[in-house]
Amino acid sequence: MSGPSTYVPKSALGRWFESRLPVMGLVHSSFIAYPTPRNLNYFWTFGAILSFMLGAQIVTGIVLAMHYTPHTAFAFASVEHIMRDVNWGWFLRYAHANGASMFFVAVYIHMFRGLYYGSYKAPREVLWILGVIIFLLMMATAFMGYVLPWGQMSFWGAKVITSLFSAIPFVGDSITTLLWGGFTVDNPTLNRFFSLHYLLPFMIAGVVVLHVWALHVVGQNNPAGVEIKNVQRDAVPFTPYATIKDSFAVVVFTIVFCWFIFYVPNYLGHSDNYIEANPLVTPSHIVPEWYFLPFYAILRAIPSKLGGVLAMFGSIAILAFLPWLDTSKVRSGAFRPVFKVLFWVFVVVCCGLGYLGAMPAEGGYVIASRILTLLYFLFFLSLPFIGWFETTKPVPATIADAVLAKSGGSVALAGAAHEKP
Amino acid sequence: MLYIATGAAAAVGAAATAWPFISQMNPDAATIAAGAPVEVDLKAIPEGGIMTVKWRGNPIFVRHRTAKEIKEAQDVNLGTLRDPEPDAKRVKKPEWLVVVGVCTHLGCVPLGAPGQRGEYDGWFCPCHGSQFDTSGRIRQGPAPSNLVVPNYVFNGDTRLTVG
Repeated sequence: MSGPSTYVPKSALGRWFESRLPVMGLVHSSFIAYPTPRNLNYFWTFGAILSFMLGAQIVTGIVLAMHYTPHTAFAFASVEHIMRDVNWGWFLRYAHANGASMFFVAVYIHMFRGLYYGSYKAPREVLWILGVIIFLLMMATAFMGYVLPWGQMSFWGAKVITSLFSAIPFVGDSITTLLWGGFTVDNPTLNRFFSLHYLLPFMIAGVVVLHVWALHVVGQNNPAGVEIKNVQRDAVPFTPYATIKDSFAVVVFTIVFCWFIFYVPNYLGHSDNYIEANPLVTPSHIVPEWYFLPFYAILRAIPSKLGGVLAMFGSIAILAFLPWLDTSKVRSGAFRPVFKVLFWVFVVVCCGLGYLGAMPAEGGYVIASRILTLLYFLFFLSLPFIGWFETTKPVPATIADAVLAKSGGSVALAGAAHEKP
Repeated sequence: MLYIATGAAAAVGAAATAWPFISQMNPDAATIAAGAPVEVDLKAIPEGGIMTVKWRGNPIFVRHRTAKEIKEAQDVNLGTLRDPEPDAKRVKKPEWLVVVGVCTHLGCVPLGAPGQRGEYDGWFCPCHGSQFDTSGRIRQGPAPSNLVVPNYVFNGDTRLTVG
């Protein structure tokens, strides 16, 4: 995806095809010859893990849709039908439900990695913003998917989240009516959520293509945060190095995924969702899925309806401005002593908000949510100032220098690197 | 000029074509028809009791208020309320309060069973902690406004039609 390919197929048939549709050359330049920085650590395998999870969700989702009925009278029963009657239905549903959680585990690690190593900085702003868009689409997809089983949490989650839009002045109520297709969350809502839940993953796949395209135009960031200067010294070919490493990481990740599917399939869910939706009774303690908890805590921390909604959406939107909020010339957090501390404080703040989002909104929990919400936004607002006064550590001139400083050995040239085990 | 005219015609056409795709999301005729008024038998509600009836998919609370609850609702200093409304404007007969049982914050159904009515004897929303008084007015918590009073009429002394 980075410029014209020099790939020449070996067979005559391959050359005939390549001159008509150069798709093999595209694959070759993107995933075989593509130079990857030689100092990447395992945090750089989460792109591959995420691609795998998107594929897994689409495959399990398509077969689940063959057995699911999007109607308020049948949805809950059809999910139980999948669990009890459909061949391997229990496996497919548990894989899909836990797959959503694993997808978010991977995306949060991927995002924190990008944050720590400054992967959002020039020239990767568009790459980063495409990632924020994927994250938003993921949230919408996961939310609508959780509504489909039509349990109590499905219904009341849908009610609360769609009611967020009623906070918009003047047109809020018209918007919620439009979203519901009725006077409250009901059958039309379930129908359209099913339609959109099926559509959005393919939109995610489309934006992922743009994300990977943008990545292959600007090149991968790396732990040292310096660009590839000499392809021979600083980089290794994508295949076999990145392909094998990514495959290994996917396998390890799948072991964790399988542990959830086969040993604790309901650990990340909520037991109230095994009670069929009842529009007249709200469960006494409603919580969203774990991956929305930090944002839910921010929503509840603000003692005003519109304010809470704005803070919640703002906490995600601010990510898109990160490339311009961070004024530091040094890209990688490894060479930024002040930023590094703030980064870890930010990680703790996010986890703390996640914990508070699961707690009832009363007493000390509310006060703690307010403090952590303030800290969440202060992290972003402090970035411009830190960039100005922070004394950074010396940055290695090249990726090869960074590797040498760490290992003390000599760097084999990429051409000869194939001989290494 | 020709470009502008062509572009304007195309924009109008695109907007006109988009309209059915947006409009189809609004409530359909069957949904609206299913939202016909419902009738409530008031004799079934003892003093101090609340009956929940379903109208347009939402719960409607019909509350038979006690003398103490009516007094509480009437004695409030309106200046202290977030959404100031005198009790007299929210009821047609003091002993009967009719409100939509949907929290004006994010749409949960507030709790109204005895012992769960919150600090103001009205309703307590379990989702985000809003508290309503015996007139369904917001007193504490994140909800921005009072519980909505739907359209309703009394049919004699013992029946009520909501909607």
